[in-house]
Amino acid sequence: MTAVVDAPDPPGQPPRSSRPPLWRDVRVIRVVLQVAFAVAVVALISYLYSNLVNNLTDQGIRTDFGYLDRPAGFQILGSDFRAAQSVSDALLVGLSNTVSVAVIGIVLTMILGIIVGVASLSSNWLVRKAATVYVETLRNLPPLIVIVFMFTAVILRLPRIEAPAEWFDLAIWTNRTISIAAPSLDAGSGGFLLALVTALVLAAVVWIVRTRHNARTGQPHHRVALSGLAFLAVVVLAWSLTGRPLGIDRPEVVGRQLEGGWSMSANYAAVLFALVIYTASYIAEIVRGSIQAVHKGQTEASLALALSGFQRLRFVILPQAFRIAVPAIANQFLNLTKNSSLAIAVGFAELTQVTFIVIGNGNPAPQSILLLMFAYLFLSLVIALFTNIVNRRFQLVSR
Amino acid sequence: MTAVATHPSGAPRGRAAGPPDTSVGPVGWMRENLFNSALNAVLTALFGAFIAWAAVRLALLVFVNSDWEIVQRNLTSFMLGRFDRAELWRPWAATGILAVTFGLVGGAGSVTAEQIAQQEGRQLPRITWRDRLRRFWPMALLVVVLLGFTRTIAPTLLALLVLAVGVVARSVGTRLPSVLNRFIWVVALLGFVAAVVVLSRFGGVGWDEWGGLHLSIFATGSGIVLAFPLGLLLAMGRRSSLPAVRIVSVGYIEFFRGVPLITLLLMGQFMIGFFLPGWIDAPSQLARALVAIVIFESAYIAEIVRGGLQGVDRGQIEAGQALGMSPLAVVRRIQLPQALRAVIPAMVGQFISLFQDTTLFFILGFDELLNVGQRVTNQPDFVGQGLQSVTLPFVAFVFWAISYSMSRESRRLETRLGVGTR
Repeated sequence: MTAVVDAPDPPGQPPRSSRPPLWRDVRVIRVVLQVAFAVAVVALISYLYSNLVNNLTDQGIRTDFGYLDRPAGFQILGSDFRAAQSVSDALLVGLSNTVSVAVIGIVLTMILGIIVGVASLSSNWLVRKAATVYVETLRNLPPLIVIVFMFTAVILRLPRIEAPAEWFDLAIWTNRTISIAAPSLDAGSGGFLLALVTALVLAAVVWIVRTRHNARTGQPHHRVALSGLAFLAVVVLAWSLTGRPLGIDRPEVVGRQLEGGWSMSANYAAVLFALVIYTASYIAEIVRGSIQAVHKGQTEASLALALSGFQRLRFVILPQAFRIAVPAIANQFLNLTKNSSLAIAVGFAELTQVTFIVIGNGNPAPQSILLLMFAYLFLSLVIALFTNIVNRRFQLVSR
Repeated sequence: MTAVATHPSGAPRGRAAGPPDTSVGPVGWMRENLFNSALNAVLTALFGAFIAWAAVRLALLVFVNSDWEIVQRNLTSFMLGRFDRAELWRPWAATGILAVTFGLVGGAGSVTAEQIAQQEGRQLPRITWRDRLRRFWPMALLVVVLLGFTRTIAPTLLALLVLAVGVVARSVGTRLPSVLNRFIWVVALLGFVAAVVVLSRFGGVGWDEWGGLHLSIFATGSGIVLAFPLGLLLAMGRRSSLPAVRIVSVGYIEFFRGVPLITLLLMGQFMIGFFLPGWIDAPSQLARALVAIVIFESAYIAEIVRGGLQGVDRGQIEAGQALGMSPLAVVRRIQLPQALRAVIPAMVGQFISLFQDTTLFFILGFDELLNVGQRVTNQPDFVGQGLQSVTLPFVAFVFWAISYSMSRESRRLETRLGVGTR
């Protein structure tokens, strides 16, 4: 080293070769280290894999995925699935149940979470404290206990089918099924749906035109009011022309069953409600935290500019708070989806429960669990994809 | 903070200059906080009525309508599961050992926090008795409730003894020579191991017969302790400049963070036996569950530690290199001390999350707290009375009290260690 420093190369000539010996050359060390690491990892995995295959063949368990096409041999409560259908069909039923809990749960949890989060910022002391108590209670309970409690101590103690409880003919609940009135399609509703789509397109066009107008001339755009008006006009016109095409499908008690409306089984309701109230406590914390994280100077600046309360929220606070909240909320969506696997404790036939039954029926466990893991990874990936798109749309474009 | 420190109600504290405020006293406070607009008046009326109704219902439920006999008679099961009742001195001894350990570590930790604050010129907030009450009330409530369910005086006396031992150990911990202070984590580890040895060795009860709250605490503690080294390696692997190491680490972390814990526990139950060569005996059910927990937790711990490593200023590393330190020395003497201090609050959070996840043992059929809560309702004296609405709130309360006090502790550590304020 010192020799090189003491006698610098004369300019214009190639530097003297001063490569260190092979065992001290950083480039060589890096390659050797990585090769050694890769070999070790591959050796470990192949050792475990060969153990797996040996043990499975010793015990006469197949190592392929052929079992997926065999008849399942069990039934799934609350679905049309028959025992003669294949194992893969059963897994698909489970997957669709998981997706159903995840999607409806995410929508409901956002609504509840935002309400509680805003309530915890209220200027009313009582409302604020109530929201804090809600958040601090639910956040510190294990989700599984919330689910089991919701099932055994709440849903199963609802009235029996002989004396169902109801609310204005719009909802009926019993300890087996909960039914809610749903919109139903009558004759002529096809035309109405078409009109609905037309109205949406028209509203979007008005929105874009007004936005451009505002950008060009600087005059107020009033796009919410104008596009809403256009939408309502078309819908009302279509409604009167097609003659009340949409009805309400009300639930009713028929014998020992609930019919009509949108109904959910007791297990599904327990899992859904429990996950919603549990995850909403996290969403509320995120909403509160990200609104508070917007710098106070921003509020003061908007007050100095004499913005109204609505303008302050709409144009200054919420866009910045939303930007902070998106990644954390995305994380909670992932958690809700993964926590739906806890439904196994109350016997709701989602993906994990179905896999459990499949294994219990003598099908090979390793492949089943591998499929289960990849299904959850796939769901995580889909949610991450959606939230990344939203995130990119809202992130600050850095200079 | 402006010159006049204001009370939350807006009333000036003390005799500050300025015109007297009209909103003083309880009436003024209510006008300020409950009825400051028409909407708020309506909200207050609605919420007040709802909260009063809920409070009355809760009070009736707890003190009048619920028969807590099922919890009283099964308290030992809730705490220990099917633990051999002739060996009950072992859990008490283990609790005493843990109290000594926590006392020593807590005392030494407070000294370290003071030293660090002094070096950085920060002032640590003074702790009053009121702060202590605010800090420990959930735990104290839990202990009082548990002791309230006992039927003899012996557990109360033993609990007081354990508390006294812990307090003495804490004051010893603040006086430890600084050499010992540096290796306090060895003391923590030894204490944990000693507690396990007292429980299970020398004619004790093997861990396959453990249950109740005890099993949850053991699984959480050993899960975090065993997963930490692996998580640390993965975090450094993810930040490595060697692509092969980085890819493997990222793949491991992202895969296991993407799947629910229950799938890993199922894998543990059904598959770990298959991965082992034939000459090893199949590990017990709890051992397989612990392996699954370690695999899962190490991925999460890796992400936490990575956050801490990213928080270390690049200049610190470059300064180390400029001083001619070897890469290993830079990691050990510069990066890790700063990074690990920053991740302590997040690690407490992970601890809480794992503690709550141990309820999943219920699904695997272990005799843990939730399972005890379900199974005791099938005893001949209690069957068919719907007593889950008594046992499950009790179980939930135990989890809540421990989780809530630990999450407050993690927030307190954040301010004491000055995370995010430097």
